[in-house]
Amino acid sequence: MFIQQLVNGLILGSTYALIALGYTMVYGIIELINFAHGEIYMFGAFAGLLLVTVLKVPFFLAFFLAMALAALLGMTVEFLAYRPLRHSTRLAALISAIGASIFLQNLALLIMGAQPYTFPSPVEAKVYQTPFFTISRLEIIILIFSFLLMIALTLFIQRTKIGKAMRAVAQDKDTASLMGININQIITVTFAIGSALGAASGVMVGIYFRTVTFSMGLMPGLKGFVAAVLGGIGNIPGAMMGGILLGITETIGAAYISSQYRDAVAFALLIMVLLLKPTGLLGRPVQEKV
Amino acid sequence: MPPETILTATGICHSFGGLMALEDVDFQIKRKEIVSLIGPNGAGKTTLFNLFTGHYNPTRGEIYFNNRKINGLKPYQVTPIGIARTFQNIRLFGQMSVLENVLVGQHCRTRSGLFDAILRTRGFRQEEARARKVALEMLAFVRLEEKKDEKACNLSYGEQRRLEMARALATNPSLLLLDEPAAGMNPQETTSLMELVRQIRDQMGITILLIEHDMKVVMGISERVAVLNYGRKIAEGTPREVQNNEEVIRAYLGESA
Amino acid sequence: MAVFDSIHLFLQELIGAYYMQLIILVGINTIMATSLNLIIGYTGQLSIGHAAFMSLGAYCSALVTLHLGFPFLLSLLCGALFAAIFGVIIGIPTLKLKGDYLAIATLGFGEIVRIVCLNLEITGGAMGLRGIPKKTNFVWVLLAVLFTVFILNRIIKSRIGRALVAIREDETAADSMGINSTYYKILCFGVGAFFAGLGGGLLAHYIRFLHPKTFDFMKSIEQLCMVVLGGLGNIWGSFVGATILTVAPEMLRSVADLRLLIYGLVLILMMRLRPQGILGEQTRLAPFFSQKIRNLLQKRTRTNT
Repeated sequence: MFIQQLVNGLILGSTYALIALGYTMVYGIIELINFAHGEIYMFGAFAGLLLVTVLKVPFFLAFFLAMALAALLGMTVEFLAYRPLRHSTRLAALISAIGASIFLQNLALLIMGAQPYTFPSPVEAKVYQTPFFTISRLEIIILIFSFLLMIALTLFIQRTKIGKAMRAVAQDKDTASLMGININQIITVTFAIGSALGAASGVMVGIYFRTVTFSMGLMPGLKGFVAAVLGGIGNIPGAMMGGILLGITETIGAAYISSQYRDAVAFALLIMVLLLKPTGLLGRPVQEKV
Repeated sequence: MPPETILTATGICHSFGGLMALEDVDFQIKRKEIVSLIGPNGAGKTTLFNLFTGHYNPTRGEIYFNNRKINGLKPYQVTPIGIARTFQNIRLFGQMSVLENVLVGQHCRTRSGLFDAILRTRGFRQEEARARKVALEMLAFVRLEEKKDEKACNLSYGEQRRLEMARALATNPSLLLLDEPAAGMNPQETTSLMELVRQIRDQMGITILLIEHDMKVVMGISERVAVLNYGRKIAEGTPREVQNNEEVIRAYLGESA
Repeated sequence: MAVFDSIHLFLQELIGAYYMQLIILVGINTIMATSLNLIIGYTGQLSIGHAAFMSLGAYCSALVTLHLGFPFLLSLLCGALFAAIFGVIIGIPTLKLKGDYLAIATLGFGEIVRIVCLNLEITGGAMGLRGIPKKTNFVWVLLAVLFTVFILNRIIKSRIGRALVAIREDETAADSMGINSTYYKILCFGVGAFFAGLGGGLLAHYIRFLHPKTFDFMKSIEQLCMVVLGGLGNIWGSFVGATILTVAPEMLRSVADLRLLIYGLVLILMMRLRPQGILGEQTRLAPFFSQKIRNLLQKRTRTNT
């Protein structure tokens, strides 16, 4: 029973981790909570759904197309709602981000309506039985995909020139720009990658829970942020760890405390982390410059 | 009888992570002195300021102000006991008026609370009137009274520096720390600044410690100069003594000099 | 209090029940927006869980009315104090957090309150709390609004108000003025929550039915919109913002579905085009206009010379 919960938590957690990465990357670079990220996740799910059901695109292609479209949306949001406010107060940028989130959510409501859509499962519902837990084929695929994406991201950031530039910009924008790095380009790339990962999570969750709705981004969006904070915001391995930890805590909390308080568990965890170690599990403390 | 030395720091060490910013610094300021703290960039001058004002807590060492140990106190606790400061990169309350900035300076000298404010008691009204009077005096002192209703962020650079000093004076300090007060000023403004600093000491009896790069200011007004280099105090004495100190010359000009 | 009722009924007879309802909602929203403005606009602390304090006040005052039979004024006071106590309890740990973290902590707190209300028996759970007597009327709301604006205005124009704005402008410098910024942030949170609780109590005894969904994240956002639209750091602006965002959706019934979509756009566009809000940061209306006139005069004299 316990191990089963752990596995369920791991699956849920890996989808949180993908969302958390988008938050953490953006925060690392422009110190903004991208509130619209949950809506990008929702958009990804809808894009995947429409590609598969309406345009009859093969599933795997649809998956990557949804990621690409979400990347485009993320870049657009950044360009329209955040970039003009780069030099205003953080409060202004944050309010604009909240505005973008509400706008996108209600745009989806307007276009797609309030009813939930069913995502057709791309794989047959086969369940594997092990001595300790059961796992479906879909769940295995979700785990594999999530981890592949996380590995790909890590390699991208560590090995490529753009990845290096991203790290440089995260450390010090001014110096990075003196080194000839195009800051705007790096920010755009960051939004694109973060959004694509969020969309990947959205598609997988859409398939997993078999429903896609206009408001599906709100809770996972918040939880993705919680995961990012948990791991230490701005810290990429931290986001992965935070996501998985949150998934497991939530599943176990729901199983052993009360399923009605499932969502409250996540927020209680958030507030606890903020109080005990506001820099997160892997974050480094920062001393404010006077 | 207050002690002769207003501030005593002994064996101060401070490190950021692994980096030693200050190493074993001893430092004293006598009452009603004007002391300058100089040294190359990154020598630890502002760090020392931040230790005196409670923004940082020293890794090792002790700081006494009027015979009272102050390390571990928070900035809002240090100000009421008589230490005020200005900042290297001016930190005014930009959207508030000039007068309001100075009124905020008197925060720790006023007492009225929530219910006094709501009921607008007699004590509250008297205190407000008094605070206003003091604020206007301070503004007159730094020659900004005509600008009292302007937003602080609309002042010129030199005016902002003066306003920051007025705001610090409004906290009624006995020790005033000025972090590069002449930075970015033209020679004329610098001369009047030196005049102002001297007036603060002579007329108000306030002890002054300043960090300054402009040697004309340092040599012109300070009675004593301390030199920091790589987190250590390498020299201390009258401006003339320090000027001729070989180690100081080396620190500023490099080994070959 | 029978006098209040007769005044209310007389006015309702005069303007009609529909407009009466609108005015009462404008009043309650004004209380919400002005108190949120103290936290966001004056002190610069982004709280996006104001609706949670409203719900605490609403449930508490409704419950003491229902179970203990408290008179209306006392139950309103209970609700407001209950919310204020929570404001302080929540504020003590969370206000040490800076900007974005605070926002997310208040959001998390709001969600927890909602989920707890959804599952407790005493709050009626998912069924909601029914049968609250209708006690809120025009006179009560008017008095409450005047009380709120009066108190907030007095706080703002005191050394406390200056300390709050100083914290918003530069917390480090504020600390150096001897301002214990954590204390003042908690104070402002407590006061803000108090009035949010008052607004909640009024709402509870007006709509007579409470459900956790009434106080969800979107409600907090709506209140944020009112503050931003009217002007951060401007009490009168919050009144204007609350009025617009209460009346406009009613006037635009045909596009009711677009309400939230428009809210989103309003937030983005306001931040971009007029971040100071409709009225900007002037505490009184008169100087706002006299400034305009002065600018005009200045322009004229400049063209003359």
